[in-house]
Amino acid sequence: MTMLGDRQQLAYIASQAADARVNVELETEGMTLNIGPQHPATHGTLRIIARLDGEQVVWAEPSCGYMHRGYEKLTEVRTFPQVTALVNRIDWLGSFANEVPFILAAEQLMGIEAPPRAQWIRTILFELSRIANVSLVLGDLGVQLGAITPVFFAFRDREYVLNLIEGATGGRFHPNFDRIGGLKDDLPAGFIDETRAVMRKMRKFCDEIEGLLFGNEIFEARTRGIGVIPRDVALQYGLSGANLRGSGVDWDLRRDQKLPMAWDKVDWKVWTHPDGDSYARCWIRLQEVRESTLIVEKLLDSLPSGPVMAKVPRIIKVPEGEAWVSTENPLGEMGYYVVSKGELGPFRVKIRSASFNNISIVPWLLKGVYVPDIITILASLYFILGDIDR
Amino acid sequence: MLGLIAGIPYWAQSLLRVLGGIVAVLLPAGTIVYVFLFKMMSFMQSRLGPMEAGPFGSLQLFAEVGKWLQKEDLYPERADKFIFKMAPLIVLSSTFLLVAVVPFGPDAWFTNFEAGVFYALAVSSVSVLGILIAGWASANKYSLLGGLRGAGQLIAYELPMVLAVIGVVIQADTMNLQQIVVAQNAGSIFGWDGLGNPYILTQFIGFIIFMIAVQAELTQTPFDMPIAESELVSGYMTEYSGFRFLIFFISEFATAGVFALIASILFLGGWGVPFSWFGWTSIDSIDNWMNVVGPLIMFTKMMLLVFVIMWVRFSYPRFREDQLQRFAWKVLIPLSLVNIMATSVLKVAF
Repeated sequence: MTMLGDRQQLAYIASQAADARVNVELETEGMTLNIGPQHPATHGTLRIIARLDGEQVVWAEPSCGYMHRGYEKLTEVRTFPQVTALVNRIDWLGSFANEVPFILAAEQLMGIEAPPRAQWIRTILFELSRIANVSLVLGDLGVQLGAITPVFFAFRDREYVLNLIEGATGGRFHPNFDRIGGLKDDLPAGFIDETRAVMRKMRKFCDEIEGLLFGNEIFEARTRGIGVIPRDVALQYGLSGANLRGSGVDWDLRRDQKLPMAWDKVDWKVWTHPDGDSYARCWIRLQEVRESTLIVEKLLDSLPSGPVMAKVPRIIKVPEGEAWVSTENPLGEMGYYVVSKGELGPFRVKIRSASFNNISIVPWLLKGVYVPDIITILASLYFILGDIDR
Repeated sequence: MLGLIAGIPYWAQSLLRVLGGIVAVLLPAGTIVYVFLFKMMSFMQSRLGPMEAGPFGSLQLFAEVGKWLQKEDLYPERADKFIFKMAPLIVLSSTFLLVAVVPFGPDAWFTNFEAGVFYALAVSSVSVLGILIAGWASANKYSLLGGLRGAGQLIAYELPMVLAVIGVVIQADTMNLQQIVVAQNAGSIFGWDGLGNPYILTQFIGFIIFMIAVQAELTQTPFDMPIAESELVSGYMTEYSGFRFLIFFISEFATAGVFALIASILFLGGWGVPFSWFGWTSIDSIDNWMNVVGPLIMFTKMMLLVFVIMWVRFSYPRFREDQLQRFAWKVLIPLSLVNIMATSVLKVAF
């Protein structure tokens, strides 16, 4: 017990006391259920240790690290341009979005800025990867709740977005397209018309999912009032992204901070929901996919012409210094603290990924819920294992 | 055909009926239903479904059975091996015992006895035992949770099912399934006998309650918590593999079919066509060709009901355990009691 912090220790004592109370009252013995690491609802290898009383959770704790790949350490033996190939495997559903904050941090250290067209295209691809990422979880919600049809719709329509990303970057999952000072290439011919068509398709997909899931009474019964995160608790646990906005906090890094990206060049809305329950979080994600399609369309309308690459030296050496850049990724706030010693590669990179902080609320949130609700709550929190373990 | 059967002893007659039934009815019916369901499910989910085995995937069932039979017979080390092996057979036997009382035509039946409805409802609940001991014997926490959920759910939904059927029994004045079919087809609606009197019209509430209860008895979504793929990783079936899983798998689909058969008998007029169409008056005056056409009619109705069951299954998410129990005890059971009262009052009044 000496290794545990105060808060953890208190939580442990409280859970022991709760156990003891339950045992005295009903004379039952709790059961410890290991959910994961190979459980289908954990999207990979997250393990949740839950102590149950009947079907009610008395105590739960996520145990991560089963998929740790050591990216922070690996970046230290790569050159700056090589790092993007690593980091876009962190959140593997929205890969391009992982590259952007790192490149922005490197650019900030070098004191350069990408030309406007590159900024626009970066933003478009960023939003496309958000759509590809979040639309999948909208379908996956159905699977977690027992409806197997929505996920097939999600996979079908996500394919169009992946095709766009592939068309522009050459990589479906791992574009590795962002460069310090701009982008590898300009957009291919026909990309703009194709994107507009796909965005319309994605909005239709959102309507479909809304009809299939969000309008369903059983879905509402399973998610409304379940896993409520009050505003204060959400802030205390450092949640970000849709989980925070689902608790009524109007906070979106795309709008709230100044970055050399194109979000502030168009009008769009940050959605929030006052309830803080699972339904609110899911609903926010649905609205965000819609909003993203609109952002992409507006950016395409105002796409400037010009080069996609600033003037950068052939061999990139980042000057000595430290920089912190974070962006609003599909899962929440993702940031890189880059320390450079003026060499070819970074001296140290600290990755702040959204899912790791988002699941830190799990012990607090799962106390007292039923086993089926564990799954709904985890699905609504929406994490990706690569993003937790890095 | 009747003369051929009448000359031999009773046990041989029964055996012939069972063998004939399995080869001529259940096997092709199973194949067709299976392919139909999988194709239907796939088209709903914008997929193609089985394509490789046979023309349009029609032999998919055989391919899957072959695959499952090849697999190793695994069981957990700490499992209670004897009852672990027994559990799937209990579930399957409950299904086959159900078929025993289903009449497919005026003479095409396995057994024809007076308390048919009672028997059907009784043996359908045998599967609870199988599920419970499968959950217990697997020595797996997920399976145990699944088994307990299954037991709670099946017992809770047995009641509305029985109560829904009582309405039909009151209206038909008999518990014999064969006579319930006759009563519907020989009946009339306010003196007009063009359609007979299928009980789905008069017992509509009963029909809805029955179908909901069937959905729960089959542990199909939205009532599939005992299986709950995403929470309990298939619940009581977690530890089963190979042909033992196959037996669970078959009995899941077969039970859906058999319950659809029983629902079609109770509410849709079973194998019969309205007797007024051909001038029949009672079961004895029915022409012999109904023994061939009857099963086909019944099969069509079964497909229709299985389609509805699966349609609901593929489009709904699942309830939570407590919501499910609340739904059974607070909505379905009071509703079916009201239905019984209304039926008996109207029965006496008319």
